[in-house]
Amino acid sequence: MVETVFEPWADPNADPLISFKNVTKRFGDFVAIDDLTLDIFEREFFALLGPSGCGKTTMMRILAGFENLTSGSTLLSGHDIAGIPPNKRAVNMMFQTYALFPHLSVWENIAFGLRRDGVAKDVLHARVEEMLKLTRLEKFGRRKPHQISGGQRQRVALARSLAKAPKLLLLDEPLGALDKKLRQETQFELMDIQEQTGTTFVIVTHDQEEAMTVASRVAVMDEGRIIQVATPEKIYEAPNSVYVADFIGDVNILTGPVRAVGADTYSLDFGGSEPMTAASDRSFAEGVTAHLAIRPEKIGIHAERPEGPNSVQGKVLDIAYLGNLSTYHVQLPNGQIIKAQTANTRRVSRRVFTWEDPVWVSWSATAGVLLDR
Amino acid sequence: MRRFLLISVPYLWLLTLFLIPFVIVFKIALSDAALAIPPYMPTMKDGLSAMFSQLDFENFIFLTEDDLYWKAYLSSLKIAFISTVLTLLLGYPIAYAMARAPHEWRATLMMLIILPFWTSFLIRVYAWVGILSTEGLLNRFLFWIGAISEPLMILNTSTAVYIGIVYTYIPFMILPIYAALERLDASLIEAAEDLGCSRMKAFWLITVPLSKGGIIAGCFLVFIPALGEFVIPSLLGGSGTLMIGKVLFEEFFSNRDWPVASAVAVILLIILIIPIILFQRNEQRQQEAER
Repeated sequence: MVETVFEPWADPNADPLISFKNVTKRFGDFVAIDDLTLDIFEREFFALLGPSGCGKTTMMRILAGFENLTSGSTLLSGHDIAGIPPNKRAVNMMFQTYALFPHLSVWENIAFGLRRDGVAKDVLHARVEEMLKLTRLEKFGRRKPHQISGGQRQRVALARSLAKAPKLLLLDEPLGALDKKLRQETQFELMDIQEQTGTTFVIVTHDQEEAMTVASRVAVMDEGRIIQVATPEKIYEAPNSVYVADFIGDVNILTGPVRAVGADTYSLDFGGSEPMTAASDRSFAEGVTAHLAIRPEKIGIHAERPEGPNSVQGKVLDIAYLGNLSTYHVQLPNGQIIKAQTANTRRVSRRVFTWEDPVWVSWSATAGVLLDR
Repeated sequence: MRRFLLISVPYLWLLTLFLIPFVIVFKIALSDAALAIPPYMPTMKDGLSAMFSQLDFENFIFLTEDDLYWKAYLSSLKIAFISTVLTLLLGYPIAYAMARAPHEWRATLMMLIILPFWTSFLIRVYAWVGILSTEGLLNRFLFWIGAISEPLMILNTSTAVYIGIVYTYIPFMILPIYAALERLDASLIEAAEDLGCSRMKAFWLITVPLSKGGIIAGCFLVFIPALGEFVIPSLLGGSGTLMIGKVLFEEFFSNRDWPVASAVAVILLIILIIPIILFQRNEQRQQEAER
């Protein structure tokens, strides 16, 4: 059986569920969204990721109908949704504060949207029970929101926003109020529910780990613009800019002029004893300044100079023991600090390197990404 | 011991300022009017056992026989009820607008609501006499713009009493409703709209139920003092407006019939205790709900 990979964004014939076309949104002088164009496809779990104030929440509020555009257009299934009020859109939102109605029971909260549509009584009853079951809240239907825990409230909010079977579900920092352990469990629950219901989810988060875990594609935003849209793997392994590389996970950046040394291979002089070699799909002109981004786990740490091209000597400045991993901060002769990570695969072992030890760090030519900005 | 001292303070306060005066008033209500100083008998001078033996419920029976009194009670209840409804209808939109106003304006708006309290209540009611009388500001203004040719008779009617009560007590309606509305999370309204409510529907289904506590508190804060109101009906209402506060005043000062006046006061207090208890219950329930 051939399993088809879910990637409608790669199919030029696929019709997007949502498209932003040159969308700009200003609040007074402040530009929240700056000429943004983006397609989101059906059944996607799409994450908008960025620091606070980058415009991700504004994008969500535009989709929900709470904000009007300054210019540009947004299409939902090919129809322009400008001017359609929030109550007439097949879009539901899960609010960051959950916004559960405190005077209504859990059951009535979930039934709220269905009642507004005048759904027949037995259909409504069945649907609410289905939602309670989906979110494992069967026992709490008659409680009021202040009588249940934070995690349960989060599930009520999810059930309520899913009850009307929207085409698109917007989630504004849905797990922000939960503690770390619960958040991780809930991430997987969210993914299961998204898969079961087949609803398109757009999630706003500032937590990169969360975005990477749940999303089919991640858009990294900064100052109202999208810097990169790609699968979590691509975002991590092939960032298109230093901003994205730095925002997602840990990274070492070596900066200096580059020189072509072969087909798709460049040497970069970052001011160390010898230039580094890096493979790159991007082409660079002779002598331009480039940045080499390498993840710490792709850097090896050795006592003796290893074979291979990219080796540089330094001394151990700091060791961060994280349990599963150890991160070594190695200072190079030019003052730059390189982070190298090793997995602690054995439980009982002598620590090989300690503070002030002279060590060699090395990486292969394909370990890093050469970036122009 | 110290704990006892601490809790004894409110009890002493209630005892000396509420219970003892009430017992005195109740005792007078059971006495008979007399040409004496004080104008009733029996008193302590007759000896304690003689005094108690002469007390009776005659005055309370009298109140049921003369229809002036129960008409006055009913009329007071009606006026207090209608003014409460009017105050609510006017106060709710004001409170709503205040809660929705930009943050930097709210303190100013609140100040404007409280500001009239800085002037004596009596002077403010007198000012309405100047506004509403036949030669008053309102009539002259309406003449000037040509809306009327005959002066409107507002002063000394029940309309003037409603105007006076609504004007005087509207801050007591606005403040608790404002407090409830200000606490209301704006995202609840957005959530309601997101789930298919129109603006109006969201208001009825979310805003109104969630400000219920404020509405109830405001209504009691207006209804309770309006029921026993004396100054407003006597200054603005003229002789045609029957309110129990006025009857009480006349019995006491004009007729110098302290026992009947006291009986009227005792009945008024009993009528007021019911809404006061309901009000306390509402407050308590709300505090429990917030916990």
